[in-house]
Amino acid sequence: MANNRKRLVLLVPLAIFFVGCIFLFKGLYSDPRKLDSALIGQPVPEFILQDIYDENKQHDASIFKGQKMLLNVWATWCPTCYAEHKFLNQLAAQGMYIVGMNYKDDRKKAIRWLTDLNDPYQISLFDRDGMLGMDLGVYGAPETYFIDSKGIIQYRHVGDLNERIWKEQLAELFDGMQ
Amino acid sequence: MRKLIVAFFLLFSAFTPAIASAIDTFEFDNVKQEQTFHDLTKVLRCPKCQNQNISDSNAELAKDLRNKTYELVKEGKTEDEVVDYMVARFGNFVRYDPPMTPATIFLWLGPLLFIIFGFLVLYKQAKNKSKKEDQLDSEETNRLQKILKQGDK
Repeated sequence: MANNRKRLVLLVPLAIFFVGCIFLFKGLYSDPRKLDSALIGQPVPEFILQDIYDENKQHDASIFKGQKMLLNVWATWCPTCYAEHKFLNQLAAQGMYIVGMNYKDDRKKAIRWLTDLNDPYQISLFDRDGMLGMDLGVYGAPETYFIDSKGIIQYRHVGDLNERIWKEQLAELFDGMQ
Repeated sequence: MRKLIVAFFLLFSAFTPAIASAIDTFEFDNVKQEQTFHDLTKVLRCPKCQNQNISDSNAELAKDLRNKTYELVKEGKTEDEVVDYMVARFGNFVRYDPPMTPATIFLWLGPLLFIIFGFLVLYKQAKNKSKKEDQLDSEETNRLQKILKQGDK
C-alpha cells in the first residue's frame, strides 16, 4: 500500500512534464501576431463616419443592427486586402451582408479599387483618420469582425479571409450566430 | 575660448531632452504631463510589433497610439486612465505589466506553490527519518542495554 503511494508520488513530476509538453506543443502552432479582440461580447462602438462614395452621407452604429453581418476593415495600401477581395466578392454573391470600413486611406484610390475590383460591401464607411479603427482596436488590415443581429461583436478574424479558412473555421461560427 | 565652451554646453543641453522622442515633437503644459506621457509610451506595448513599446516602435500604429496617448494626457487624464483606455480597445496585450486574471494567476501562484510543495516534501522526509532513528527494535534495545551496562562497570 505504502509502496503504491510512493510510486504515485514519483509519477507527479512526469505528469507535470506532460502537461507542460502539451502547452509548449500548442505554442508551436499558435500565431503570436493574432490577438483576441478586447471587444468580444460588446456592441460596436459609437461613431459617425462618411460614406466612401458620398461625403454628405453619414453612417452611425445603428447600421449594425437588424441582421448578422461581417465588418471588413481594408485599405488600398494593404496587399493582403487585395488577395482577400476576390473571396469577399464570392461571399457577397452568396448573399452575405458585408459592411466595409476603408481604414486610413485615400478616398479616390478606394473608390477606384471598388470600381475596378467590384464592390462586395452593402455599406462602405470611410475612416480616414482611423477613429473607429482605434475604438475597435484595429491593429492592421485586413481584419474582419463578426457582428450578430443585435450589433454585438462575436469574433474577430485577423488576416485575410479565404475559402479554406472560411470552410474550416469561420462558416460554422457565422452560422451559429444569431 | 570660454565663450565657445559655454556655447557648446548650451547647445548640448538644448538637445538632450529631444533625444527621447527624436521624431515626434509634442508640447506639454507642464513637466508632470510630459513625464506622464514618457512613462506611458514606455509601459504601453505596440500591438502590431511583437516586443516593442510604443515609444521605440516606428510602426504606423505605434505612431497613432503615441498621438492618442498625447491627446489623452493633454486632456488631463491620469496614467491609469490612459492605460485603461488602451486596454479597453486592444486588450491586455498592450500592457507590459500584465494584471492578475484567471488566465495569468499561475504566473503568480505557480512559484509559490512549487516552494510550498518543496518544503512539504522536505518536512515529510525529515519526519520519516527521525521516526526511524527513534525506534529501536528488540535486538537493538538489548545491545544498547549491554553497552550501557558495560559502561557502568
